[in-house]
Amino acid sequence: MKTLFRTCILAAASLWSVATLAAGPTIPLDEAKVNLHDKASLQRGAQLFMNYCLGCHQMQYQRYNRTFKDLEIPLELGVENLQFTGEKVGDLITNNMSADMAGNWFGTAAPDLTLVARVRGADWLYTYFRSFYADDSRPFGVNNSVFPNVGMPHVLQELQGVPRKTYESRMIDGEMQDVYVGIKTDGSGTLSPDEYDQAMLDLTNFLVYTGEPMLLQQRRLGWYVFGFLFVFTVFAYLLKREFFRDIK
Amino acid sequence: MGKLVDWIDERIPMSKTMKIHVTEYPAPKNFNVWYVFGALAMVVLVNQILTGIWLTMNYVPTAEGAFRSVEFIMRDVEYGWLLRYMHSTGASAFFVVVYLHMFRGMMYGSYQKPRELLWVFGMLIFLVLMAEAFMGYLLPWGQMSYWGAQVIISLFGAIPWIGDDLTLWIRGDYVISGATLNRFFALHVIALPLVLVILVFLHIVALHEVGSNNPEGIPIKKKKNSVPDEEKPNFKFHHRFTSKYDIVDAVPFFPYYVVKDTFWLGIFLFFFSYVIFFNPAMGGFFLEPPNFEAANPLKTPEHIAPVWYFTPFYAILRAVPDKLMGVLLMFGAIVFLFLLPWLDRGKVRSIRYRSTFHKVNLTVFVISFIVLGYLGVKPATDVYTFFARVFTFLYFAFFILLWFYSKNEKTKPVPERITK
Repeated sequence: MKTLFRTCILAAASLWSVATLAAGPTIPLDEAKVNLHDKASLQRGAQLFMNYCLGCHQMQYQRYNRTFKDLEIPLELGVENLQFTGEKVGDLITNNMSADMAGNWFGTAAPDLTLVARVRGADWLYTYFRSFYADDSRPFGVNNSVFPNVGMPHVLQELQGVPRKTYESRMIDGEMQDVYVGIKTDGSGTLSPDEYDQAMLDLTNFLVYTGEPMLLQQRRLGWYVFGFLFVFTVFAYLLKREFFRDIK
Repeated sequence: MGKLVDWIDERIPMSKTMKIHVTEYPAPKNFNVWYVFGALAMVVLVNQILTGIWLTMNYVPTAEGAFRSVEFIMRDVEYGWLLRYMHSTGASAFFVVVYLHMFRGMMYGSYQKPRELLWVFGMLIFLVLMAEAFMGYLLPWGQMSYWGAQVIISLFGAIPWIGDDLTLWIRGDYVISGATLNRFFALHVIALPLVLVILVFLHIVALHEVGSNNPEGIPIKKKKNSVPDEEKPNFKFHHRFTSKYDIVDAVPFFPYYVVKDTFWLGIFLFFFSYVIFFNPAMGGFFLEPPNFEAANPLKTPEHIAPVWYFTPFYAILRAVPDKLMGVLLMFGAIVFLFLLPWLDRGKVRSIRYRSTFHKVNLTVFVISFIVLGYLGVKPATDVYTFFARVFTFLYFAFFILLWFYSKNEKTKPVPERITK
């Protein structure tokens, strides 16, 4: 019995270690510290999206007015500053690029971004935005280390500058070797590296919001439900105890 | 009020039914927490039906409109997200409580004579539930909906001679398409729920005919006039039960188990609400991330995994190199569960009085089921496939071994009466 038990534990343990190993090498993702309560960040993210992404990527399940309301943007200001496509404020956030054309230009239709944060996760997006690098072998001159051979150009290059994979010479085992130290901009962009990171966090934050626009309401309601359930369960327990007092 | 009740009772057996099945129904006094999952399954069933009805009001069952309508429900319908999360979480919760309910039955021998048919009805419920969940999962029309259905339906293609025609007949098309979605919708919202409700009714009819088992596995029905009056419980049970037997160690279902189930319902709802309000995707197990991308017949996801409640069976399927044998073994895993009342030839019900070997056997079975479930969500690498084979073997070994040792099993003496 004891041996069998021990064998089971051993089998389980070895299975577990195999499971961890089999995960395989992936590019480590940077943590995106998104905060849905930070309306200013969400507003900046929305601004980036409308200016840089919407040209190709739609957000066809999300509406302008809902977005403005949730991000605390006054309706008139939103219509004036964030709506460029001549749609009504109650419309969905779409563009006019046809899938056929996109197929011709980029090889595939630009995916809808409403739910991209739920598919990829915030960390992936945040890292992806900051992982473009110059690569002359690609049609648009850029590649991405998170999404190898990505079909899109580096749309935010005017903000970031030209990002290059950077190597440093270091003394290793008595020999000088080139070591990869990450992607560095050439400084030609309008934002500093820190500002660019913050902007990408804002954009990620906005995409997390559009993935689940109900999230804050959902969590708030959840605490009320917990409160109710606590009271309900306590009384249900007292009632049960009272009834079973005499049952032996 | 009394007059109205009399008026109704003269026309349909309302009060009588209430007494027989609720207020004067004898239930063993020693039910533990394992006995709440049947009631919880019923609550979840009602949850699925109610939220399902409201989801249907805004859902569009077409290949063009399905994904969009789900997002419409999530964003534009007031509290639509709540309905949808209650439904999606309910699907997983249904399997959680049903698996625990089944394990309870296995632990205390609730399938043994005279409860064979009760067990078989339960297994039919499980089977229909799997079909219901599978068809429901296609409806959001996401990538996993689409490709998961593609994989599962193609399994029928392994059947010799008729396989290809059969898959064509199920899909209504050469690939999964709007035609498939339409028929799955029809089956999911009316045909299967109807069958499910009828089976649940029969499950309860069967239960109330033979009476509940209990953790001791000791019958509460004794030979008529064999128990002195002072040892009988101080409750009024319906003469339908007392006219044939002396009932001992029992309490009426209402109020005793109604209040107990209500308390445990509260506990269950804590977990249920946690998922709904704070973690509806449950780390990708209840809602898979690729399913937030609309179905695309031209883009196969890297890794297709069914939802967690199918993964033990999926792992068995993949463990076999031959497709047809894999399919047969997968269905065999369920057939063996059906046959449990006849595979177990023991006379002692509860695990408390059975042999150590049986305890180990059941434990290994549970571990195999859980490990297979884990392996089912992982890609089929060589190492994983090796483990899947080992645990598939152990899964089936449970039933085979049981048949052999249960005939002459060394069991402990079972007391006459429930003592605690």
